[in-house]
Amino acid sequence: MSIQVSTTINGDRVDFICEADESLLDALRNRVGLTGAKEGCGTGDCGACSVSLDGRIVCSCLVLGAEAEGRGIDTIEGMSDGAILHPLQRKFLEHGALQCGICTPGFLMAAQAVLKKNPNPSEEEIRFGLAGNLCRCTGYDKIVRAVQDAALEMRGA
Amino acid sequence: MPLDTAFTGQKFASVGTRPIRPDGIDKVTGRARYGADTTAPGQLVGLILRSPHAHARIKKIDISKAEKLPGVKAVLTSADLPDLTEGDKSMFDVLENCMARTTVFYEGHAVAAVAAIDAKTAKQALKLIKVDYEILPHVTDVDEAMSPKAPVLHPKMFTIGMEPRPKKASNIAKRTEYGHGDVEAGFAEADHIIKESFKTEQTHQGYIEPHACLATIGPDGQGELWVCTQGHFVYRNTCAQLLGMDVAKLKVTASEIGGGFGGKTHVWAEPVALALSRKANRPVKIVMSREEVFRASGPTSSTSIDVKIGVKNDGTITAAQAELRYQGGPYLGMWAELGAMTSFACYDLKNVKSVGYEVLVNRPKVAAYRAPSAPMAAFAVESVIDDLARKIGMDPIAFRIKNAAKQGTKSSYGPVYGPIGIGPTLEAAQNHPHMKAPLGKNQGRGMACGFWFNFGGQTCTDINIGIDGTVSLTVGTIDVGGSRAALSLVAAEELGVPYSQIKCNIADTGSLGHNDMTDGSRGTFSSSMATVFAARNAIKVLRDRAAQMMEIPVDDVVWEDGHAKAKGDSHGNLAPLSLKDIAAAAGNTGGPIAGHNEIVADGAGVSFATHICDVEVDPETGSTKVLRYTVIQDAGKAVHPTYVEGQYQGGAAQGIGWALNEEYIYGKDGRLQNAGFLDYRMPVCSDLPFIDTVILEIPNPNHPYGVRGVGETSIVPPLGAIGNAVSNAIGIRMNHAPMSPPRILKAIEGAKKH
Amino acid sequence: MQYAAPDTTKAAVALLAKAKGSAYVLAGGSDLLVRMRGGYLEPDLVVDIKRIKGMREIKKSASGFSIGAAVSCAEMGENAGLRKAWPGVVEAANLIGSKQVQSRCTIAGNLCNASPAADSVPAMMAAGAKAVIAGPKGRRTVPVEQIPVSPGKTILKKGEFIEAIQLPAKQPRSGDAYLRFIPRSEMDIAVVSAGINLTLDSKGVVTAARVALGAVAPTVILVGAAAKALIGSKLDDAALEKLGQACSAACRPIDDKRGTIEFRTKVASVLARRAAKIAYGRAGGK
Repeated sequence: MSIQVSTTINGDRVDFICEADESLLDALRNRVGLTGAKEGCGTGDCGACSVSLDGRIVCSCLVLGAEAEGRGIDTIEGMSDGAILHPLQRKFLEHGALQCGICTPGFLMAAQAVLKKNPNPSEEEIRFGLAGNLCRCTGYDKIVRAVQDAALEMRGA
Repeated sequence: MPLDTAFTGQKFASVGTRPIRPDGIDKVTGRARYGADTTAPGQLVGLILRSPHAHARIKKIDISKAEKLPGVKAVLTSADLPDLTEGDKSMFDVLENCMARTTVFYEGHAVAAVAAIDAKTAKQALKLIKVDYEILPHVTDVDEAMSPKAPVLHPKMFTIGMEPRPKKASNIAKRTEYGHGDVEAGFAEADHIIKESFKTEQTHQGYIEPHACLATIGPDGQGELWVCTQGHFVYRNTCAQLLGMDVAKLKVTASEIGGGFGGKTHVWAEPVALALSRKANRPVKIVMSREEVFRASGPTSSTSIDVKIGVKNDGTITAAQAELRYQGGPYLGMWAELGAMTSFACYDLKNVKSVGYEVLVNRPKVAAYRAPSAPMAAFAVESVIDDLARKIGMDPIAFRIKNAAKQGTKSSYGPVYGPIGIGPTLEAAQNHPHMKAPLGKNQGRGMACGFWFNFGGQTCTDINIGIDGTVSLTVGTIDVGGSRAALSLVAAEELGVPYSQIKCNIADTGSLGHNDMTDGSRGTFSSSMATVFAARNAIKVLRDRAAQMMEIPVDDVVWEDGHAKAKGDSHGNLAPLSLKDIAAAAGNTGGPIAGHNEIVADGAGVSFATHICDVEVDPETGSTKVLRYTVIQDAGKAVHPTYVEGQYQGGAAQGIGWALNEEYIYGKDGRLQNAGFLDYRMPVCSDLPFIDTVILEIPNPNHPYGVRGVGETSIVPPLGAIGNAVSNAIGIRMNHAPMSPPRILKAIEGAKKH
Repeated sequence: MQYAAPDTTKAAVALLAKAKGSAYVLAGGSDLLVRMRGGYLEPDLVVDIKRIKGMREIKKSASGFSIGAAVSCAEMGENAGLRKAWPGVVEAANLIGSKQVQSRCTIAGNLCNASPAADSVPAMMAAGAKAVIAGPKGRRTVPVEQIPVSPGKTILKKGEFIEAIQLPAKQPRSGDAYLRFIPRSEMDIAVVSAGINLTLDSKGVVTAARVALGAVAPTVILVGAAAKALIGSKLDDAALEKLGQACSAACRPIDDKRGTIEFRTKVASVLARRAAKIAYGRAGGK
């Protein structure tokens, strides 16, 4: 069964057709052409497919494309303001918080969710807030530092 | 004339700075394209059918129903991949591992494949393939596989390296031995001898990006492959050989790579995708699931190791001996051999002997995993070293310093060391504030050392000067963690121009000569060497062109600060020419300006590290928390220090995961029970503290800038460091990794009973 | 597969009752979609209940809280009243998976998945939670402990689904807590877990107790003997010791990839003792 879905993605009205059992991740990647969200596991254990669904961070591999009807989705492709990078994106680059970069879109989305909930998180809150995102390259050190630094900047400090 | 690769001790302007990587923006905006992120017109979805059995004979495969399913464009079995390996046994193993022929050797071994118009159809088609198996007895444990009673995987496997060579087949594929001196005489001199046995479980590299490729072969025999790989030239050569193609007619383009750590040095599904494409005459994309990655790509060995070390009361080690048994899955590798070579490499030993046994079991074919085989050997050796220090009442760092290898030491695996970093890393550890920080209840501190060889190998690099004077740096080593930034710094340094004037690209296999893959910590080491020489060749051309423009002899032109300058008083009124000036005139002075270099990058300096860690163990649950972690490692020269730190931290994190929780868990049925991130349990962000790093720079004498590889050594010490810390926290030696909560709690409970 | 997102309970029941082949309810999807993706389930129909009115609401009344079946665990954590009344239940709900998973997963789904290791279930059982089941024959309310019958199996009949979870009003001088053991700090399934709810008298003596253990039997279990060990005590060492023994004695675990029989039996007692102390403190005990 194919389903037509009308959504808003990164502020734009987007319609796509997907199979009833197709994940939102597959729909985004294969139907809409947004390949920034990655499939690392397909079981919600790595966070590489993280997107925001109606303002909440989710694993898009654990959402059906059909569920997105009428909902708002934000992906990594919509994070920067045109050519102006989001402070998190800039701090990830400055701190070298990525090596291979495959987990980076998911981490950025998750970090944004952490800072949205709490603009001044402790190191522990950052670490637990990002625990749903696996990174195998960095040992998380520079990721946590980049998020701390971005939070500082975003608070206007 | 051979190139002069000697370290010159020059001052650096660019090297050692920390600019933003050239691939950075794409990676924080979702634009970077990885293995699964591309499409081709008319592409099909490829899926692989895998054995549910650990060991079975394939009696029959019936693909007729699958072939008839509408939307199926090709169904493949080993018959479509004939043996073209001409007696090359290791290449035949690769072929057989990609697609089983008469026997499946592990659960997950590929037996057939389909290409269909969509995933749904491909899945249905897999269900329609009927495989008739005769189930055979299996063995998955390395020690059990060595038993004379074990089922033998290959009836013609007679141990290599054993004198006399056995006439009875076994799972012991090869014996190797390293060392020197007389260990028996050494043990006779010892005041104390400790002998202990260790086991380490199998772990996976755990890269977040599953293997993915998009393959095309046309009826003219020309093909293209887009793939996430650590070595696209090597993939090209292997695939071409397995498929009977001309090497030049297969163009392999490396995607961005989502982690490899050794696991993407080996082909798995790529030859299958190419063969499916050839059969279907359409592009075929194969993306492995995470479960397939765990079951059917190459993890590292599980091991069983005995270590015996003798010491005098004054702390002098008199003899060291190890027997290392490493399983390689169903095929012969060099895993135990690497373990045997690395086991005692940190120490200056008069009498040393390491014997390795390559053991075959019904598990996936083992692949390299970051300093392959060294972490397990170091776990065993560093544990015994700590126990010996305790026994003779010596501080563990002082004991190691006393016995550390140094320049001129004959290493346990043969060569004599040049300037090396083991002593300096130990001294830095001794003086590090971490060693003096107080510890609380149930807490323990441990430290351990690690060694890795580092490799060099075949490399070539192009430098092309654009018409505006900007520089294209074209390299053939895959960038796994920031090497494009590092290599751009090297080009900027050599040419005397700003980093921003360089753009580094990874060439496809049609655009550059052969490069070995990014393994052995060779990416930055070897490509930076080639980049230095390519730049110097470009400078020769630039000087020549400038001489033409200035109308003076070329010998009167020097290259300084990114400009051609006329040398000597007679040309004093000639203005220097910039790269841009010279490039703009290139059309009138001889055409495009370029510099190339092809080299076998010898002389990769060996690498050493010392790690310190603090842990707290919950005595009621056996749970271990890492409180503090410090990595001290010699980089030779840190070209881009941020990414050097990143390598140190990443390797430490992988080692911590291995030490505490990661393991392949097999059932009695020979099936892997935890083929997913949920139950494989790699460290998450909240499991780790910040990982402090100390970069030491002891120049590699064989590289113009003193660079050593830095990628792998950091995974070698953590198992030993954590093991020693846990042991200090609970007062019991843990000799089985991972030191998971059930194992630690069992040890604590067991000790109470005695 | 068919996908339907009805906007009334009645319509959802009708779809589920009439379904030919296998029909599944989709709330948060964090179990269902994993199984579909792994090929373990191939539903003919999935009924998404998130668009049913009231299904995503937490209602507070004199008799307690009613948590709609599609309320995500993250939403539970953001409800100050619920957090204050049932901190153990909310903590348990907020231990499931990651932040990403918590944005979607529900305690009703956690219950229906019928895993003995479900994090929210021991906490719900200890709290005395009930499930409101809607079905072709109307509604029925069933104590949570009666819902799962074996791993993956519940008492729900064709056409039925859980509409809401009810938590009783918080009693004075009561407190609940939930602890689980996992090898990592996050992202694991409980190897063993304990949920405890205590009510004290004005002197700090335990007058009522409920103790539930997870991952030590085919379903989450209520351990009456463990509760009895605490009643009448001020949670002194002897009572805690008895609690621990009763918990270990109640364990009927298995050896599997997540833990051993030995480990689970031992740690069940450790967690119960630790959770009891937290619950006691929350109830105002000193």
